[in-house]
Amino acid sequence: MADVKMHILVCGGTGCISAQSDKIAENLRRCLKDQGLEEEVKVLLSGCFGFCEQGPIVKIAPDNTFYVKVTPEDAEEIVAEHIVKGRKVDRLLFVDPETAEHVADSKHMEFYKKQMRIALRNCGFIDPENLAEYVARDGYMALGQILETLSPQDVIDVMKASGLRGRGGGGFPTGLKWEFASKYQDDQKYVICNADEGDPGAFMDRSILEGDPHSVVEAMAICGYAIGADKGMVYIRAEYPLAVKRLRKAIEDAREAGLLGRNVLGSDFSFDIEIRYGAGAFVCGEETGLIRSMEGERGEPTSKPPFPAEKGFWGKPSNVNNVETLANVPVIFLKGADWFASIGTEKSKGTKVFALAGKVNNVGLVEVPMGTTLREVIFDIGGGIRGGKKFKAVQTGGPSGGCLTEKHLDTPIDFDNLVAAGSMMGSGGMIVMDEDNCMVSVAKFYLDFTVEESCGKCTPCRVGNKRMYELLEKITDGRGTEADLKLLKDLALVIKDTSLCGLGQTAPNPVLSTLDNFWDEYEAHVKEKRCPSGACKSLVSYYVVADQCKGCTLCARACPAEAISGKVKEPHVIDQEKCVKCGACMTACKFGAIIKK
Amino acid sequence: MAKISSLEELRKLKEQVKNATELREKGHNIDRLIQVKVSMATCGIASGARETLADFMKEVKARGLDDVVFTQTGCMGYCHSEPTVEVTKPGEEPVVFGNVKGGRVREIVEKYIVNGELVEDIIPTAYKTID
Repeated sequence: MADVKMHILVCGGTGCISAQSDKIAENLRRCLKDQGLEEEVKVLLSGCFGFCEQGPIVKIAPDNTFYVKVTPEDAEEIVAEHIVKGRKVDRLLFVDPETAEHVADSKHMEFYKKQMRIALRNCGFIDPENLAEYVARDGYMALGQILETLSPQDVIDVMKASGLRGRGGGGFPTGLKWEFASKYQDDQKYVICNADEGDPGAFMDRSILEGDPHSVVEAMAICGYAIGADKGMVYIRAEYPLAVKRLRKAIEDAREAGLLGRNVLGSDFSFDIEIRYGAGAFVCGEETGLIRSMEGERGEPTSKPPFPAEKGFWGKPSNVNNVETLANVPVIFLKGADWFASIGTEKSKGTKVFALAGKVNNVGLVEVPMGTTLREVIFDIGGGIRGGKKFKAVQTGGPSGGCLTEKHLDTPIDFDNLVAAGSMMGSGGMIVMDEDNCMVSVAKFYLDFTVEESCGKCTPCRVGNKRMYELLEKITDGRGTEADLKLLKDLALVIKDTSLCGLGQTAPNPVLSTLDNFWDEYEAHVKEKRCPSGACKSLVSYYVVADQCKGCTLCARACPAEAISGKVKEPHVIDQEKCVKCGACMTACKFGAIIKK
Repeated sequence: MAKISSLEELRKLKEQVKNATELREKGHNIDRLIQVKVSMATCGIASGARETLADFMKEVKARGLDDVVFTQTGCMGYCHSEPTVEVTKPGEEPVVFGNVKGGRVREIVEKYIVNGELVEDIIPTAYKTID
C-alpha cells in the first residue's frame, strides 16, 4: 500500500536542530523502516513551530498531535505506540502549567490560541526544501495571477490598499515605497531583500527563510514586476548558514521550474535573484549601509536623500524590504487587500511576529494581529513570568527601542502606540524582565551593543555613545553623582538629534526610556549607592544572618575566595574585603541564611 | 522539477501536489475530524485489514470527504470478527464494526459516516479509550 496516511513533522529550525532534531528524524525513519511503514508514513523536517521553549518539537498529522522536548531516543516509542498502535505517548505531550493537563494538540494550547500566523503561515507546516509543498499551499499562485491579470500600477495599488508597513523597524508603508521606486527610470533597477537581522534576540527573519524561503522569493519577484526591476538581491548574514542553504536551494529550484529567470511562467517578465553575504554588522541593517556593504565598501550609511529608490545599489533605483514584510506579500494578493486591511489597528494592518525572550515562561516566536496588548502577549501567550516573579518591564525594538512598564501592559501593540509610549516596534524583539533585572544595567547592556556596532562615521554616535556608556558604568559601579544623571540625559538628547543614521539616532532610546520610567532606580544608584534589584555587583554585599546560620560550613566550602570563616555549628562571617560577590554561598546555603543587600 | 510555463500549468501542478500537504491541513479542524481506526495486529492483517484500510482510504477520497483521518491500531481483542474498524465521530461515542471487508467498506462509509445510520455487525464496546 503506497498511500501515505501519516506525516511526522520534525522541527528543522536552527534551535531544534541544535537540540538534535535531525537525529530524531533519522531515528524515526529508521524505526518506521524496521516496522515496514516507510511507505505509509512520511517524515519531514519542517520550519520553526515557534514554541522554541518546548523544543525539539515533533508534530504528527493528521491527528495534529504535538510532542514537545523530544529526544532522539523517543523515536522508537513514538513509532511503536503512536504510529503502530494509535496510542499517544502521554509523557511527551505538552503539560499546561495552569491546569496540569496534558494537551495533545497545538490548537488547544494557550501559546497558539491568540496567534494568527500570516507571515509564518508555512513555517512548521511544509518542508521548506520542497517546492511542490509550497505550490500545494498556493505558492507562486499570486505571482502567476499578477503576471496574467494585473499591471505594475495595479500591484502597487493593491499594496497601498493593504496598508502593509515595513516590518524591519521603520514601519514605512510598503506600497508607497514600491511606488517611489517605480517612478525612477533607469536601465537597471534592483529589488533588495534585507535579511540582515541584527537585533539581539530577534530571529523571525531567520525562521521565515528557514521555514518558508519560497514566500520571500515569490514576493521579490512580485516587487520586481511592480517596480520594473529584473534583478533581486538578498543581503543575508553569513552567520545564518541554514537559512542561506535553504534560500539558495529555493532560488535554484524556482529557477529550474521557470519561476525565476527569463520569461517567468511564460510571460514577458524576467527576474532573477542573487545572494550577497554580510559579516553580521548591525549597521548594515540600515538600508544605505546595507547597499554600501553589498557594493564591497565599508558598511557605512550615507545621508538621505537621495533615497535608495532614486540612487541605490550601484547608483541604480532600488527598493529595500525586510524579510517579514516580503513574506506577507503573496498572501495579500491571494486573499485580497481588504482582507489584510481588516486585520490590525487603524494605522497598522496585519500581524507582527515577535521573538519573545527573557524571563517569560514560553520563549519563542509568536505572530499576533496588530492591536494585541502586551499583556496578552506576555501573560496569555508567553505564560507569564518565570518562577512566579513580578513583571517589571518589557524591552521592545532591540537596541533602538525602549523599556515599557506595567502601565503600558494594556496598550494595543502597533507602530504608533509603541512610539507614543516611548519605545518602538523595531524588528520585533521582545525581552521580558522581572524584579531581578536592574534597569540601569539593562540600559548599559544595550549601549554596550551599540557602541560595539557603531560604524564610527559620525561623531555623536562614535564618541557620544561611548561617553554615555562610561557614565552608565560609573553609575553601576557606585561612583555616579546626581550631575551625571543630568549629563546622561543631555548627552542622550544630543546624540538623538545629531546622528547621521538610525543607529545613532535611536541608540539613546534605552537610556532615555529607563530614565523616564525608572528614575528612582537611577537615583538609588547615585544617591544611596544601592542597586534596588541587587544586580549590580559593586553595589551589593553578602551577609550571613547569624540567627539562621546552623554552622554547616557549606558556604565556606563553596566560597572560591576563602572569604567565609567560622567554626562548625557556629554562625559564619563573610569578610567583605575578600568577597568577590559571586553569590556561590547564597546558592549553597540550605537555610536561607545568606542575604544580599 | 519540470519547467512551469504558464499560470495554467502552475494550477495543474497544484492539483497534482496538493495531497502532499492535505493530510496536515486536516489537523487544523481537529474538532471536526472523523477518526477511523483499523485494527492491525497479526490476526487483523491476516484477515485482510491492510486491504480494508486501503479500500477505506480510496472510498473516502472518491467521495471527497476531507475530514476523515485514519490510524492503524493494535489488536482490539475482537479476533472473532476481524478485520475490525472503530469509527469515532466528533462528540460521539466510538462505534466498532466487525468483519469489515469488501462491500462492507462502502456500506459503512455511505451509511454511517455520511448519513449517520447504523449498519449490521456492530460490536458493542466494553472499553474506554484514553486519548
